[in-house]
Amino acid sequence: MNSLKVIFDYDTWQEIFSSIKKNKVRTIITVIGVLWGIFIYITLSGSSNGLDNGFDKEFENIAMNSMFIWTQQTSMPYKGFKTGRRPRLKISDARVLLNSVPDIQYIAPRNARGVFGGSPPATIVRKSKSGNYNIYGDFPEYTKIATKKIFKGGRFINQIDIDLSRKVCVIGERTKKELFVEGEKVIGEYVKLDDVFFQIIGVHKYIQGGGFETDGDIFIPFTTFKNIYNTGEKVGWFTIAAYDDSNVVDVEKQIKSTLKRIHNVNPLDERAISGFNLGEIFNKIKGFSKGMTLLSIIVGIATILAGVIGIGNILLISVKERTKELGVRRALGATPSEVKTQIILESVFLTLVSGIFGIILGGLVLYGINVATTDIDSFPYTNPTVPVSFILAALLIIISLGTLIGLIPAQRAVSIKPIDALREE
Amino acid sequence: MIKLEDLHKSYKIGNSSLHVLKGINLNIKEGELIAIMGSSGSGKSTLLNIIGMLDLLDNGTYRLDNVEIKNLNETKAAKYRNKFLGFVFQSFNLINYKNAVENVSLPLYYQGIGRQERQQKAMKYLQKFGLGDWSKHLPSELSGGQKQRVAIARAMVTEPKVLLADEPTGALDSKTSHEVMNLIQEINNSGKTILVVTHEEDIAKMCKRIVKLKDGIIVEDKKIKQNLIKSNV
Repeated sequence: MNSLKVIFDYDTWQEIFSSIKKNKVRTIITVIGVLWGIFIYITLSGSSNGLDNGFDKEFENIAMNSMFIWTQQTSMPYKGFKTGRRPRLKISDARVLLNSVPDIQYIAPRNARGVFGGSPPATIVRKSKSGNYNIYGDFPEYTKIATKKIFKGGRFINQIDIDLSRKVCVIGERTKKELFVEGEKVIGEYVKLDDVFFQIIGVHKYIQGGGFETDGDIFIPFTTFKNIYNTGEKVGWFTIAAYDDSNVVDVEKQIKSTLKRIHNVNPLDERAISGFNLGEIFNKIKGFSKGMTLLSIIVGIATILAGVIGIGNILLISVKERTKELGVRRALGATPSEVKTQIILESVFLTLVSGIFGIILGGLVLYGINVATTDIDSFPYTNPTVPVSFILAALLIIISLGTLIGLIPAQRAVSIKPIDALREE
Repeated sequence: MIKLEDLHKSYKIGNSSLHVLKGINLNIKEGELIAIMGSSGSGKSTLLNIIGMLDLLDNGTYRLDNVEIKNLNETKAAKYRNKFLGFVFQSFNLINYKNAVENVSLPLYYQGIGRQERQQKAMKYLQKFGLGDWSKHLPSELSGGQKQRVAIARAMVTEPKVLLADEPTGALDSKTSHEVMNLIQEINNSGKTILVVTHEEDIAKMCKRIVKLKDGIIVEDKKIKQNLIKSNV
């Protein structure tokens, strides 16, 4: 009989089922061993995938390779300047940076009132209502780096607003609630912002996890900000996004050294030009979740291995118990390879069945976790799925391990001569 | 049917070697019912095992139906056993989780015969031996005599050239022993060559020829008048 025919033969399975059925309890316990291994593997890798997706979602509103650059007091004297001077970023720095650091994709100079101490927030008045809100002077590029969701009907600041220094503003959803009555028209209305009237062009939706920004922030064109608050060429900080394929740590270094050159800061001064590199932190988190995935694969495979060894062990005992039966079969004309095939198929069948049950169980648990965590925004866990390739790999692993481990009892079964096997009582 | 010439067999036990068969010459013709007798250690089981291709001979020749049996590997021996020989054991050696008809059809499975045909042939032999109503019973639900008859059906189902029975009545009381021997006589009467290993005189007397072994050689080989049993199954 050729081997392929044996696998698809009804009788082969009849033989296998009847010998498996003979020892129900033992079979079930063995199956649970492998089932558990596959279950751990699926649940762990699904969970780490969910964590990975969760982090992705957490950062979806900001470019993953972005950074903020600002200035602080110098810590070293340089070129005649003494320690403690605070260099000022200028709007012209943006052009220089774009030219000298080719990896920069977007650069958005920003100014603000109400954050980082110093200047007070702006007072907004509309009819009889008023409030104090943080105010930002922005370029349209800012939305390329950090997504701003604008409610339908509105828009963010555009280049014409900048060119004409229009008195337009984007307000937050909280501001809207505080200054307007429910259902009232907002877009196109005017508010008084520190005694200057501004037309509202959009309302932004607040997104949690966006750093220091709040649901009451007001965005106005950078040039308008400059005119009202008399900031001249000064820039509060730069928000910069590098190209996707660039090394954010290198980009940050290049930007800092360029700025040090422009502003006569000692190249060794670590304090004067400061920055927060989201990309670097994001890479660390990504590295962490990659590590988790690797760990889950290693733990999973190790557990599967333990389970499969259990199956091998049980089959060894089973072969020992069935010595006589196997001897009878051989006296009746079973060839050694037929006996071997039967035992290997038993092993593969047991591992495969338990593997499939493990995958189903793991899938159910992942589904349960997903349902339980869907509404929790603060928990970075989204869509815990296992790639099909992982499942196929797992099945392949258990089939090959099942075959390999089955070889041991199979070899044992045919190593005993039929005559000795028959003599055994 | 079976021709043995100067057959030798010895076993290694530690450093020494035990010479079990010391030159056996035996010629068994088709249709014979032959009893091999001897006390334990006389070599009668070894002889049966060599004839049954469960064991290999050291020296001499073994011809089965004019084919010399030599250079046997396990696979070849298994095929020969399946095709030419039927085995009946003292302890029945039925597979305990298979019912009667499944046990009987097992040798046909190893011949690669389809399920339907296996089932039919197995049922035919069970009915022939009066076990038609017991075909779905497990060995544990059968009496000793019934078990041995199932075992004989299993040995016969492949229509072998020779039936080898190793103490077929050893585990049975005298009444069932007679029933089993009656069946063996009937099979023999239909022309089958049968070898029965036994140490019981009365069982041997139911055969047509008695070969007595002692210390590895044939000490007596005589044709006898068969003690026929009246069928009362």
